[in-house]
Amino acid sequence: MFEIKNLTAGYSNESSAIHNINISIPKNEICSIVGSNGAGKTTLLKSIMGLMPSKSGEIIFDGQDISKLDSEAISQLGVAYVPQGRMIFPYLSVEENLLLGCEVRKMNLKKALEIGYDYFPDLKEIRKRKGGMLSGGQQQQLAIARMLVIDPKMILLDEPAEGIQPNVVQEIGRILQKIALDLNVTVLLVEQFVSFAINLSQSYYFLQGGEITKESRVTKDNVHSIVKSIKL
Amino acid sequence: MGDFIPFLFNGLSISSILLLTAIGLSIVFGMMGVINFAHGEFIMIGCYSSYIVSLVLGSEGSWLTLLLAFILSFILSFGIGYLIERLVIRKLYARPLDSILATWGISLILQQLARNIFGSNNVDAPMPKILSKGWEVTEDITLPFNRIFIILFAVLVCLFVYYFIYKTPKGRILQAVMQNRSMASCIGINTKKADAFTFSFGCGLAGIAGICISMLGSVGPSTGQNYIIDTFLVVILGGIGGLRGTILGALLIGISSPFIENFTTSSMAKVIILSLVLIVLHYKPQGLSPMKDRTID
Ligand SMILES: Nc1ncnc2c1ncn2[C@@H]1O[C@H](COP(=O)(O)OP(=O)(O)OP(=O)(O)O)[C@@H](O)[C@H]1O
Ligand SMILES: [Mg+2]
Repeated sequence: MFEIKNLTAGYSNESSAIHNINISIPKNEICSIVGSNGAGKTTLLKSIMGLMPSKSGEIIFDGQDISKLDSEAISQLGVAYVPQGRMIFPYLSVEENLLLGCEVRKMNLKKALEIGYDYFPDLKEIRKRKGGMLSGGQQQQLAIARMLVIDPKMILLDEPAEGIQPNVVQEIGRILQKIALDLNVTVLLVEQFVSFAINLSQSYYFLQGGEITKESRVTKDNVHSIVKSIKL
Repeated sequence: MGDFIPFLFNGLSISSILLLTAIGLSIVFGMMGVINFAHGEFIMIGCYSSYIVSLVLGSEGSWLTLLLAFILSFILSFGIGYLIERLVIRKLYARPLDSILATWGISLILQQLARNIFGSNNVDAPMPKILSKGWEVTEDITLPFNRIFIILFAVLVCLFVYYFIYKTPKGRILQAVMQNRSMASCIGINTKKADAFTFSFGCGLAGIAGICISMLGSVGPSTGQNYIIDTFLVVILGGIGGLRGTILGALLIGISSPFIENFTTSSMAKVIILSLVLIVLHYKPQGLSPMKDRTID
């Protein structure tokens, strides 16, 4: 169970970009957070990942409050992050980008490469190319692969469908479902592509102006009405 | 042609020394964005390391004392660099101007410390006897072995640094931190440790350069100061961030110096070289070989 309790965070002292957020995600489920530009989606993920200090509230992962830890410690606990803009290391090759997290953790590199290229065979052909030279879609695949190979317990994705061609978006969706099932990973998916996100998820939250305004479980029966009801 | 060889050799010799002194500075400046004004004093620490070895083992130089001096210089300058990073530099990463001021202060303190410990007179460090001889190419041309040694050694250091930064996991971790600090910590890298290591490593390389300088003549508290300006010039001319730029910068400045000095005085030559660097920077503000990628353009 991953839980956020009364989280408030922001960039200046006066105003907060997100207020009083409460979210809970059962283990190994996919939960999506949808919201329009500037709603506070990225801010929420950054504060989970320790990239910005929260003003108040708790973030409980694996029974422990991680809201005061730094990014390195949070990553070492098994939380992996695919940021908006991918943040691929531009002067490292595809393969070096992919393996970096494994090298830090002293994991088996050969196995990691197999897993990474198994999910994203296209990356194998460009493995020697510098990260900064990849197209947006290739960078997106690499960012997801880089996260998978470190064997995470929870993954945070910031708009993985942004700027990606439709069939690759569907492929990424299939991969996320596979990861959640096969690897026992909890997924927090931030998206503006509402139908894509809701269809993958077991629950969703609607973020508007820094606050959660709607939330519910997603089932076969209500998925269509939820998608219709959300207007960004 | 007969005149040409000594000039070229001299140029290569100057280049190799510039390269050795600049490579550590370029790593600290290029990878961390810290301008280390105390870099010259880490060179000085290296110079005194070979003197310290001679105090302990006698003034008879040998390959063994040279090896010990290299090891001691790296350990001393790496260690002092590490302390300074932990105590001072770390607190100033977001404030480049303050870190210039602080490292300048550290530079003065280290010079004074050297004066207090070793006296203000220059000292001589021994080297293996064979290195004070030379290779007589023709009757008029003799190439000193110590300079040949330094040229070969500079090549070796470059290969080592290249291998370490680009081919080892530890080097890749340093690169990742310098390319995107917050993402590096998000994949589990300890960025503070990487910073401390990068800074100390740059200082350690300066120490090694100091040994080579001590092979060329007497050294003293201000030896580092004599090299620091040219060293900065090499790094800026080469372009920040890459090993290739630093090598290019050192070769250009080093090889052109003796040719320019040939038809003017040595202080006029300095002026000419500085002007040439300024002209290059006017057309290539990033230096000769800056790093580039799609995310920037
Ligand atoms: N570095 C910053 N400094 C100050 N304010 C910021 C900063 N980054 C974001 N904000 C503000 O915080 C609010 C939430 O931004 P956030 O990036 O979380 O939105 P988002 O939901 O991710 O939007 P998008 O869909 O465009 O990525 C916005 O009003 C934005 O202007
Ligand atoms: Mg965003």
